[in-house]
Amino acid sequence: MVMRKKLHSCTEAQISIAIFDRMSFKNLSDKTFARLKVIVFLLALFPIVKLVFCAYLDILGANPIEKITRTTGYWTLLFLLVTLAATPIRRLFKWLWVIRLRRMLGLFAFFYGCLHFLTYLILDQFFDWEAILKDLIKRPYITVGFLAFVLMLPLAITSSDSMIHRLGGKRWRLLHRLVYVTAIAGVVHYWWLVKKDLTEPTIFGVVLTTLLGMRFFLWNKNRHAH
Amino acid sequence: MKSYKIKPISSSEITHPGLFYARRKFMQMAGGATLAALMPSTVWANEKLSASHNATYNLKDELTPYKDVTTYNNFYEFGTSKEDPANNAKGLKTRPWSIVVDGEVNKPKTFAIEELLKMAPLEERVYRFRCVEAWSMAIPWIGFSLNELIKRVEPTSNAKFVEFISLHDQEQMPGQKSSVLEWPYREGLRIDEAMHPLTLLTMGLYGELLPNQNGAPVRVVVPWKYGFKSPKSIVQIRFTEKQPISSWMQAGPNEYGFYSNVNPNIEHARWSQAKERRIGEFFKRETLLLNGYAEEVAQLYGGTDINSYF
Repeated sequence: MVMRKKLHSCTEAQISIAIFDRMSFKNLSDKTFARLKVIVFLLALFPIVKLVFCAYLDILGANPIEKITRTTGYWTLLFLLVTLAATPIRRLFKWLWVIRLRRMLGLFAFFYGCLHFLTYLILDQFFDWEAILKDLIKRPYITVGFLAFVLMLPLAITSSDSMIHRLGGKRWRLLHRLVYVTAIAGVVHYWWLVKKDLTEPTIFGVVLTTLLGMRFFLWNKNRHAH
Repeated sequence: MKSYKIKPISSSEITHPGLFYARRKFMQMAGGATLAALMPSTVWANEKLSASHNATYNLKDELTPYKDVTTYNNFYEFGTSKEDPANNAKGLKTRPWSIVVDGEVNKPKTFAIEELLKMAPLEERVYRFRCVEAWSMAIPWIGFSLNELIKRVEPTSNAKFVEFISLHDQEQMPGQKSSVLEWPYREGLRIDEAMHPLTLLTMGLYGELLPNQNGAPVRVVVPWKYGFKSPKSIVQIRFTEKQPISSWMQAGPNEYGFYSNVNPNIEHARWSQAKERRIGEFFKRETLLLNGYAEEVAQLYGGTDINSYF
């Protein structure tokens, strides 16, 4: 509180200059970035650590399988959106280093997506292939969710530096636009599966639309500039 | 004449209702049997409610644990997540409480909850409870057949349907601030369904008064229908000539029909109803036609194609 009062006494511009000078958010030193990356990595592991911890203590509630499905699905979508936020953030704030976190964030989306899929396959259906096939064909929310997951596979496989070199930047970038399809399919999957309360799917939808809209806006501006 | 200025009580001095009832409960417990004190899990338990076990309505299945029955609830009046009701229903005031019974009846009447508790011998019945979301439980309810109450008000020949209306009070039911369903919650049955002995006017479970999150102080349980057809915290029962429109029918006309009988052959618009997960079990079970009560209730549907009743 004291801090905030002090800050109010100087102008906004002065503050931002002061902060940015001190911390130089635009360009982080290698050491700072390495630290930041470790912190983000550990934070990104928190949901799974918590889940395992609660499972161990048997405090996942009356329907643990549902809880695990929901939690892993939620974090998959969240990491997809965070990954998609990297480019707009870099462009808007000129924080170049954000893009260097993007691969890790994207891989975390894939990681939680795998857990989500495996939860469905093993815990929920227990390899009941007939039921799974029926689900895939007849349940649009499953179909679209499965599509979102499958499209993440080539992206995860080609996420390494050597794969970028092998594919060439242009083709690699083209391929990785699939993440837009995955994110849209993921949000639609959530939207279609809730029984009645659309609050959370709506929030995810609005954020995704904003992120994609910003891309379109920047792309359009760029096109006109050239 | 001397006028006194009464200092208004500041809101900080008013005891939170949850705390108030918690204290009261604590005093009741302290004053009550030491037996209660010896059972660690009964700190929040409700008053005991004695009933004779009705062996006709028994299941081979193991009972779903009390903790799961009372912490995993769909009761949108208190929020849409399963844990919300147990967390948010503590302040629900269940005394005084009464049910207005009116509409197409010769003897409309308002029944106080105390009266309902004494109206007929209380029975304990173990029923399967199948939620439309494909999970299920086995629950020892306490109550008596709803027809005991219906007989007392003498429905007229115009009474073709029964509508149940739940409490509408945003202060006590914070979930009603959201328009996720149209409030108050309304459900309905055909008169013969309501008269069927299986349809239970329910005031307790697991040997105690209904916990708030399970629909205190009085609800109806219709075991051969999906859970949402078993309305909670009822304040009015109305007999009508026309088929009432329930809250869920209004919310999703193509997903929730008036009958909504448990039926593995009729899929929900978005998911299968062929199997269910019994809470506490790993492998899914096959869902039974009319939730295993076909022998008792199939004749309500003329023995004809049960699948045509949506």
